[in-house]
Amino acid sequence: MPIKEIGPFSVSYLQVLDEQGKIDKDLEPKLGDEDLTRLYRAMFMARQVDERMLKLQRQGRIGTFGPSAGQEAAHCAPVFAMTEKDWLVGAFREAGARLMEGESISQALLFYNGYEEGNRRPGSARVLPISIIVASQTLHAVGIGYAMKYRGETDSAVVTFFGDGATSEGDFHEALNFAAVWKAPVVFICQNNQWAISMPRGKQTNSKTLAQKAIAYDIPGIQVDGNDALAMYKATKEALERAHAGEGPTLIEAVTYRLMMHTTADDPTKYRAEEEVEQWKKRDPIPRFRTYLETKGIWNAERQTALETEIKAEIDTAIKEFESVTDRKPDAPFDHVYGTRHDSIEEQRQIFLEDRQREAANA
Amino acid sequence: MPKMTMVQAISLALEQEMAKDDSIVVLGEDVGVDEGVFRATAGLHKRFGETRVIDTPLAESGILGTSIGMALAGLRPVAEMQFSGFSYLMFHQLEGHASRYRSRSQGAWSCPLVVRMPYGGGVRALEHHSESREATYAHLPGVKVVIPSTPRNARALLVAAIRDPDPVVFMEPKRSYRAFREEVPNEEEVMEIGKAQIVQEGTDLTVIAWGAMRLFMLRAVEEVQKVRGAKIEVIDPLTIAPMDGNAIAASVKKTGRCVVIQEAPKSLGVASEIIATINDKALLYLQAPVKRVTNYDVVTPYFGRELDYIPSPGRIRRAIEETLDF
Repeated sequence: MPIKEIGPFSVSYLQVLDEQGKIDKDLEPKLGDEDLTRLYRAMFMARQVDERMLKLQRQGRIGTFGPSAGQEAAHCAPVFAMTEKDWLVGAFREAGARLMEGESISQALLFYNGYEEGNRRPGSARVLPISIIVASQTLHAVGIGYAMKYRGETDSAVVTFFGDGATSEGDFHEALNFAAVWKAPVVFICQNNQWAISMPRGKQTNSKTLAQKAIAYDIPGIQVDGNDALAMYKATKEALERAHAGEGPTLIEAVTYRLMMHTTADDPTKYRAEEEVEQWKKRDPIPRFRTYLETKGIWNAERQTALETEIKAEIDTAIKEFESVTDRKPDAPFDHVYGTRHDSIEEQRQIFLEDRQREAANA
Repeated sequence: MPKMTMVQAISLALEQEMAKDDSIVVLGEDVGVDEGVFRATAGLHKRFGETRVIDTPLAESGILGTSIGMALAGLRPVAEMQFSGFSYLMFHQLEGHASRYRSRSQGAWSCPLVVRMPYGGGVRALEHHSESREATYAHLPGVKVVIPSTPRNARALLVAAIRDPDPVVFMEPKRSYRAFREEVPNEEEVMEIGKAQIVQEGTDLTVIAWGAMRLFMLRAVEEVQKVRGAKIEVIDPLTIAPMDGNAIAASVKKTGRCVVIQEAPKSLGVASEIIATINDKALLYLQAPVKRVTNYDVVTPYFGRELDYIPSPGRIRRAIEETLDF
């Protein structure tokens, strides 16, 4: 009996706006001028917040955080494709996406200054807090997707973000497998920024692409230019449409680059060449998108200056707001161990408060 | 009242709660068509269908991770780990997320879910099927650990666990699954999580045991009472975390003597914590050192030797007598 081929497997690559800001007219998504400028603003805002937070961290005014500069198209454009009924289940390098979902800058600063209050962010109730354990959140996305399907909320899907390192974790594979078996409405977006701290993408996995991991689970997978906002928008939009139509999950590999350090506690010069970073700076998603807007005649230097002034003021106000509150409830952690009252917890709260008083008296 | 086994009582709790609340879903390996390897989910798949009684792929982290997502989205998942020995593959989901969601978000999010798992030895099973690792789970703030010991309290506590606003690890002593029957009322019965049960009152000594050890302990207590006429108070904590330390302290203040029985290895376990609690709250009432009867700090032996290691009624009885005589 001859050996039969089970099926041909292939992986596609999508780019709409090339590195010079030149558009592929056939693939160009139909977005109005106002939408396009809103998306540009969101990406630019993310970059400005990122740069200012780095300064605040260096000044000791906030703690460790992971900058997302260079990845704005990969995580902002997908949110632009979502509706308020969709869920966002992120990791920790999609600050722009969170701001777009209505989270405030001052709350983000509070989070990075070491207070859980920063996770009580205003904005959409369908955005989960930052998840630090790599890939673990992708399973939460699948559970939420199952719940949406179970409740008959067919217009709700889940977008979940993770990095290239996450594709080595078991949870990532379990999530793709569960989602595929359940046909759960989940869009998996891998921000492949080439580096998992010091581990280059080439050593993370032997696979030629990360998108091809989808093939093993028999779900659609596509590799996208992650620094091309229009391509990211288009790929996410199509994946969400499939999810809403009951056709199950999609894996999107966003090929992008982490222009800064893993976190502020990391020194990337130890493991990667500056020339590589310089090469990727030429593919920066923000100037590319700006060129596109200028070519369309909906952006110019004057509007850019106005935007910069406006955003700077917004960030200044947020920092003032964040730094104006200093009296955080010291025993708040006792409030939220359980949803029910327990003597063992309350007794320890009393001891904690008494100890604090004694400490203050001795100081 | 019908008499039933613990495993039947667990099915009863699940079925009655699912009938009342369609946000409850059951998920795990072989929990659907097969009704669970111990038949703890008997009748559920037939009655509620595959969308509520979900046969999952074989992946423990996947089971708990997706349960967390379901809970965040408003469902009430009851996940089954087929054996506690396989549950460590989901440990980071429990420690890293389920236990923290309430605190992480200062109450904006919560994770009401139940993780059921058969645990404990004495059933002549293969490796990984006999351990008592309740202390491992009890050490996680934000998680509640409940261990039933009889059919009736298993039913009433599981109902409470399903309705609880927090993640509950519900550890079922598999040796007790079919060891005896007890009357379980058909009408609703709920026990409060976080409260120890005074199984019988006494004045001379307090014995504390949970899970499968309760039955052995009661046998030993009965013998000592018969032979010596001692009046022994018996406490079953039922909730291992958060522990009802005040109930234990109140009893020890009354009796002045205490023996703690634990199926798990000796050190750094629940018995150690109980003794520390007595130290905090009732030390000056003691007339004898608190004794513990436990397994040893060895890797759980294969079943050929296991019964020599798990506390036996004889060892428990000797510990009680020595403490009475001190």
